[in-house]
Amino acid sequence: MYLTREEENIYNGEQGPTLQKMMEILVALGDIYDAKKLIQVKSAQIAGVSYKTIGDAGLEWIQDLEGKVRIPAVLNPMGMDREAFVEMGIDPHFAKKQEEIIRAYEKLGIRPECTCTPYYLNRPRFGDHLAWSESSAVCFANSVLGARTNREGGPSALAAALIGKTPYYGLHITENRYPTVTVKVDEPIHGAEYGALGYLAGRQIGDGIPIFKLKSTPTEDELKHLGAALAASGAVALFHVLHVSPEQYVLPPDKMDREPQRLESEDDWQVPERFFLPRERIEVDIAEIRETARQKASPDIIALGCPHASREELEEILSLLHGRKVKKEVWVCTGRSLGEKNPELIQQLRSSGIKVLYDTCMVVSPAANQFKCMMVNSGKALKYTPAMCGVDAVMGTTEECIEVACRGD
Amino acid sequence: MQIKGHRICGGRATGPALVSKDAISFLGGVDPGTGTVIEKGHALYGKNVKGTVLIFPGGKGSTVGSYVIYQLMKNGVAPAAMINIKAEPIVAVGAIISGIPMVDRLEQNPVETIKDGDTVTVDGTAGIIELS
Repeated sequence: MYLTREEENIYNGEQGPTLQKMMEILVALGDIYDAKKLIQVKSAQIAGVSYKTIGDAGLEWIQDLEGKVRIPAVLNPMGMDREAFVEMGIDPHFAKKQEEIIRAYEKLGIRPECTCTPYYLNRPRFGDHLAWSESSAVCFANSVLGARTNREGGPSALAAALIGKTPYYGLHITENRYPTVTVKVDEPIHGAEYGALGYLAGRQIGDGIPIFKLKSTPTEDELKHLGAALAASGAVALFHVLHVSPEQYVLPPDKMDREPQRLESEDDWQVPERFFLPRERIEVDIAEIRETARQKASPDIIALGCPHASREELEEILSLLHGRKVKKEVWVCTGRSLGEKNPELIQQLRSSGIKVLYDTCMVVSPAANQFKCMMVNSGKALKYTPAMCGVDAVMGTTEECIEVACRGD
Repeated sequence: MQIKGHRICGGRATGPALVSKDAISFLGGVDPGTGTVIEKGHALYGKNVKGTVLIFPGGKGSTVGSYVIYQLMKNGVAPAAMINIKAEPIVAVGAIISGIPMVDRLEQNPVETIKDGDTVTVDGTAGIIELS
């Protein structure tokens, strides 16, 4: 891999041991993935924040680092609400360790904003190069915004933040962003059904790049849930939706000439010439989507906001309450900044009995482990909470989640 | 004998070889407190990585494995050096954050060439190993 003179100097330790290690990480990854050079990135989002995940080893590593980030950098959700951890029932030892992790990151100049939806803080633009970690945020940035990021590990995102660069490989390169598999659903879907679709399709897609041919036009929140579930049940970091997502015309004419299979006999897979639908195809059964998004259960907790809720989703929850109070434990997770910008909305939700939690979520907080059955409206949470929290998870639409919460059955 | 390879993490260390034909998941596969391999059915099950030149095809499993390698180092039970056939990010990052000399892509397959107990020196900075 080519390094500039300044990069070479850092690699050889002339700017201290922390930056040397960070450059070693970037160079090692670049070599592994055959990158030719490093490129500038606009922002970093760093995973490896919850004490539940990284433990004392991770804490010690971060504490030992010195320096300041060169680009705006934020964190993934941690194990608790930084202010309301007592109310969450977090063990004091855990809270102390978690606070130490956040302080160690802050010392490096990282903004202690712990969210899986950093695009609500600062929205990347089409074509921006980023170094983000959180799988659902990576999927959103690539697919919905047309920005470019690989799925970084915690240390490699931190290295990118401190150096301001990342190796040029993978999804930073246009040629690697073409769809590899076509996914078709024959009926319109909406709301939680997008998360269910991602949950079902992700398993079959693995780390491919799907293009969805749908009968309905997803909202931005629906795309968020689709991507989050694809990334959780598969390893999808980029998806396209025909006529919807921003990279419709990504395929240049020369590439299309080499893909004659796109012009097959008349069937409903076919689309206008300029679009590219790969030959590999998956059809997801509408009945299975509906069944996945509407499971019957009697949960002892209802947890929404995975990924962190948008303002629109918070408003939807409020309107579904119709002024009622909830009779069950209900968590809604969102970003601290978003909540603090909408104080009235948060106040109204809280006065209904809902716990609005910042900085954390049901997947990474140990507080989730005390429950037996969790009802969620998210394909991602459906996938992760059983293994990460030891709870049974069932999925419902947002409407049904709020109904169950208010009925108390 | 000297074999050329490729730098992953700089530094130099010598130790007895511990050779695994299986990939290693450090999270769940190696006890961070003792350095003992605890993955059932693994080629190194029950063996200890402490102070060895650990030779294996590459990493697998969770990315938290990088931090487990760091924990091994902090607990004084990490390998002295590591050699992979072809490194992947989990082990490469773990070696770098822990300062464990590491090389990969040797001119000869290290898992076949090197035997358990051979004395091996890894010069990560130069990207070479020496067998004596």
